[in-house]
Amino acid sequence: MTLSVDVRHRLGAFELDAAFESSGQLTALFGASGSGKTSLVNIIAGLIRPDAGRIAAGGRTLVDTAKRVFVPKHRRRIGYVFQDARLFPHMTVRQNLAYGNWFAPRGERHAEKSMVLDLLGIGDLLDRRPSLLSGGEKQRVAIGRALLASPQLILMDEPLASLDEARKAEILPYIERLRDEIKVPIVYVSHSVAEVARLATDIVMLKSGNVLASGPTVDIMQRLDLLPDDERAEGGAVLDMVVTSHDQRYGTTVLGSPAGEIRVPLLDAAPGAAIRLRIRARDVILATQRPQGLSALNILAGKIAGISSDRGPLVDVKVDCNGQTIVARLTRQSTHGLDLKLGQDVFAVIKTVSFDRGNTTRGIRFEA
Amino acid sequence: MGWPDLTPDEWNAVRLSIKVATWAMFASLPAGIAIALLLARGRFWGKSILNGIVHLPLVLPPVVTGYLLLLGFGKRGPIGAFLTEHLGIVFSFRWTGAALACAVMGFPLMVRAIRLSIEAVDRRLEAAAGTLGANPLWVFATITLPLALPGVIAGMVLCFAKAMGEFGATITFVANIPGETQTLPSLIYTFTQVPGGDAGVLRLMTISIAVSMVALIVSEALARRVGRRMELE
Repeated sequence: MTLSVDVRHRLGAFELDAAFESSGQLTALFGASGSGKTSLVNIIAGLIRPDAGRIAAGGRTLVDTAKRVFVPKHRRRIGYVFQDARLFPHMTVRQNLAYGNWFAPRGERHAEKSMVLDLLGIGDLLDRRPSLLSGGEKQRVAIGRALLASPQLILMDEPLASLDEARKAEILPYIERLRDEIKVPIVYVSHSVAEVARLATDIVMLKSGNVLASGPTVDIMQRLDLLPDDERAEGGAVLDMVVTSHDQRYGTTVLGSPAGEIRVPLLDAAPGAAIRLRIRARDVILATQRPQGLSALNILAGKIAGISSDRGPLVDVKVDCNGQTIVARLTRQSTHGLDLKLGQDVFAVIKTVSFDRGNTTRGIRFEA
Repeated sequence: MGWPDLTPDEWNAVRLSIKVATWAMFASLPAGIAIALLLARGRFWGKSILNGIVHLPLVLPPVVTGYLLLLGFGKRGPIGAFLTEHLGIVFSFRWTGAALACAVMGFPLMVRAIRLSIEAVDRRLEAAAGTLGANPLWVFATITLPLALPGVIAGMVLCFAKAMGEFGATITFVANIPGETQTLPSLIYTFTQVPGGDAGVLRLMTISIAVSMVALIVSEALARRVGRRMELE
């Protein structure tokens, strides 16, 4: 399904003017707070009527101000998972889950209750009241409620923002399963590089109400200059890799991809499993000759494909490793010292220790 | 302590008052909810005028309200004549008139309580229900109204209690006819006007105070429940 959005809307002094198109399984709307992400999903959901523009999902026009088309929110069939779960406090979990399903047209109730309960692990909560659930449980029920309305599209507005780190870690795997096992496309709002790099198949980058860039995650994540300032340190290349083997003796897992092999701390994944790596640009060292006598285990050969021209003290260097790109963040001093130039052969060095659960995550399963 | 020994006339007055108050409460409920919703959520020209009209009986001398009812709903009043002619409903000097007067006097209290509880309902929950496929009518029926229910009940109780005690507008509009429009307060008034009525006044006063206290305590408890429920999320 393709979602195409092209809207203009004014909210006080803030002006949203955003256009993008995506047919990814999970499209992240990504940007700093105040960039218009939430306004944009609210417009897609029908909670806000845009001043002008067009929205279409899967060929169905939801908004077209020129033709005076505006489908009200209850007829859009778009599920919405809010930041603050918004479960109905006067209903049990069971009733909350049944709510959307009841309003879905009979012929279009594609969501299977047992499957959704199982997927989200909420089968034991059915008779509880929302007030007795933990933050993570609430959010899982909210996701289930949206799914059981059998929507054609699911919007998630920073569903993890109000949770602590432990609860976030609890929910993320469920969202990954949702992305891989349910056929409903997801639009996911976030300001966290770690979340977006982990979950998104596609990214729409927003800044002060405008779309800076949009495209596949792997392409967009290399553009460190696009990231919000407070998230730039987390930025870096995203590589989709496959488990090739485990080295039990040293407790490492070897991942393979066209760029070469990368060793990461031992993962609980079968050989052949897809793994997505986010290699933070600040964790990458560049060498002009193959390094000797170095503790770092991962050395990838490549050619310099780009050097950022920003005048700041830091420089982002893109290295093309056999078709896959790795980004290294260096000081301007080092760049000058090594006299790095486009097309030059270099070696990217990455410590195995720089990989942890935050940047080594379940990859996206592509089904033929 | 047992039930006070009431004379048949006194029992009649108590029964009539309960009948009148019950009718006043239920008959004004749909309009009360509609106006409360309008005042809580609506944005329209004249909202403060509507609010003023609803609250007018609260501040007007009851005798003025009663006289206005007489002008409007009396036999020769425009509304009264119309209703008598087309629907056969007669208000003047009937218990129905007493119910109407009590409903008008209790209406501001009812609307206030319901309005406050509707305003306390989290609109974000209503938006969530909308995205789940519920149209505005369903959202109101399944989210807004259930969440505002304690306030609605509190409003009904207040209206009932007010109706039980209504005197000025009632006696102005429908007089003080034993068995037809002689409610509890009217009978108390009659007793105060005759020598030796003190005992009757005392008996009826006890009932009056008890009913009012129970109503206030119930509505207070329900109002607190609304507050608690809204804090859950």
